[in-house]
Amino acid sequence: MSLLTLSHLHVCYGSVEVLHDVNLRIEEGEIVTILGSNGAGKSTTLLSISGLVRPRRGKITFAGKDLTSMPSHDIVGQGVSQSPEGRRVFATLTVMDNLKLGAYSVHDEAKTKATLDWIFELFPRLYERHGQLAGTLSGGEQQMLSIGRALMAEPRLLLLDEPSLGLAPLLVRSIFSTIRTVNARGVTVLLVEQNACAALKLATRGYVLETGNVVIEDSAAHLLADPSVREAYLGGD
Amino acid sequence: MASFENQNVQFAAHPKSHFLGRIFGNRRNIFYILLITCFFVLPFAGSPYWIDLGVSIGFYTLLALSLNVILGQAGIFNMGHMAFYAVGAYTTAILNTVCGWPIFWTMPLAGCAAAFFAAIVARPIIHLRGDYLLIVTIGIVEIVRIALLNDIFGLTGGSNGIFGISRPVFFGLRIVKPVHFYYLVWGMVGVSFALFYMMRRSRFGRALNYIKTDDVAAEACGINVAHYKLLAFVLGAFWAGMTGSIYAAKMTTIAPESFSFMESCIIFAVVILGGGSQLGVLVSAFVFIGLPEIFRQFNDCRMLLFGLAMMLMMIWRPQGLLPALPRLYSLPRKILEKSAEKSL
Repeated sequence: MSLLTLSHLHVCYGSVEVLHDVNLRIEEGEIVTILGSNGAGKSTTLLSISGLVRPRRGKITFAGKDLTSMPSHDIVGQGVSQSPEGRRVFATLTVMDNLKLGAYSVHDEAKTKATLDWIFELFPRLYERHGQLAGTLSGGEQQMLSIGRALMAEPRLLLLDEPSLGLAPLLVRSIFSTIRTVNARGVTVLLVEQNACAALKLATRGYVLETGNVVIEDSAAHLLADPSVREAYLGGD
Repeated sequence: MASFENQNVQFAAHPKSHFLGRIFGNRRNIFYILLITCFFVLPFAGSPYWIDLGVSIGFYTLLALSLNVILGQAGIFNMGHMAFYAVGAYTTAILNTVCGWPIFWTMPLAGCAAAFFAAIVARPIIHLRGDYLLIVTIGIVEIVRIALLNDIFGLTGGSNGIFGISRPVFFGLRIVKPVHFYYLVWGMVGVSFALFYMMRRSRFGRALNYIKTDDVAAEACGINVAHYKLLAFVLGAFWAGMTGSIYAAKMTTIAPESFSFMESCIIFAVVILGGGSQLGVLVSAFVFIGLPEIFRQFNDCRMLLFGLAMMLMMIWRPQGLLPALPRLYSLPRKILEKSAEKSL
């Protein structure tokens, strides 16, 4: 059985339907990426998995449990956590406070300390700046914090929304290699990206969304080679 | 996992210096000790008028501290705090005059009544944001005032209010004089300071701060936002109700006019001016209640100056007088060394 399944998902903002019958599944241990241009519904898909946007129709199941109408804070407890688009770190709170927030749904203090240790290993920068206000961090550091915060919840499934947004190429590479490390620790990753080339090199499988429809679903290698995908998302060459 | 065990050892091996050395070694602690001594000695220096002013500042500080939980910590715009103060004061007044209960017995009940009232009225509106919630809370304080004015349940005495509330007795000492109330009120301020300080350091306090900063992100990180907002509201109301209880005993007569919307605005402004920290609330209570009394001779242009000061504050110090400081955590050096190795 798949770790996460979205079946026949319809999501509306007001009267406008932005996702039309989206079907998606993720197996345990995979890195799956969702590609698509602006307004294709990538972020909406992630938001509806986290329960921040409610689907009009369809069903979301995670590890055999129905998430469709579960409150957001309970979904985190089930093992799904998100690093949202635009990072959304708590700018007026310290890095430590931000990380501790991530662990809010974990009640095992010892486990939290071990996770914190691991996150500081992943992102030594965060340790150096642990007492600093999150708003004073650079964009890349804020992205690390956002991912670190999501990992503090000890998720089985990590949702990443555009982790490369606004970052220098070198930092993008470092963030992506960290995602690989995290995945190697057994965390399943769902990655939404505009940087299709980097995402497909990292992922095992990919979905291409166009105006709220899944148009292609294939392994990452096939997508990389697919001429129509290359044309639309990889710069055409 | 091995590194984690090391971490634990390091957490335990905190440098232990001498107890007094630890207290007096810190500049901030010395400041607090001086502040407390100052409050203790003050009544010996002042006339009853100034002591009464001190009591009044104390009441405003207590109310502002309780509102600080709701507004300063959780960021819920509540401009109807006087409603809970009124519920507390009237609960004490009715229980004391009708049932003859001693004041201190009615105090927790007054708090509970205010908390219960807050829970009922806040439950349906707590999901509202910012200014929308503000408008509803203004409605609440007006409804309470008008209900009291109309002698609701035949218990509140209409516009005359309730009089003949007895004085509280504290372990045999009858609290009558302003100086007694001064120590009672400021004693309660001290207790509130300590309790709310601990609350801010707790899991609950952190949750409120997250909600204030970004409630959607907080919800996405696993915090039950509606639940915690309601808890903050109820806790603040409970404290306001207890304060109302002492107020009733101090005045011996309470009337609906004391719990007007304007008073709610003042409390709101005290918290906003303070900037969210408890010390800030204390300072701004002095500024709001104390300064106008000290500058009585400028009576005519007092409000004008006040408005000017508020405008200047908004331009140059929008974060308030003393914004809350970030929490500090002591982390083991172990990881730092490890990460330094890595980045080499």
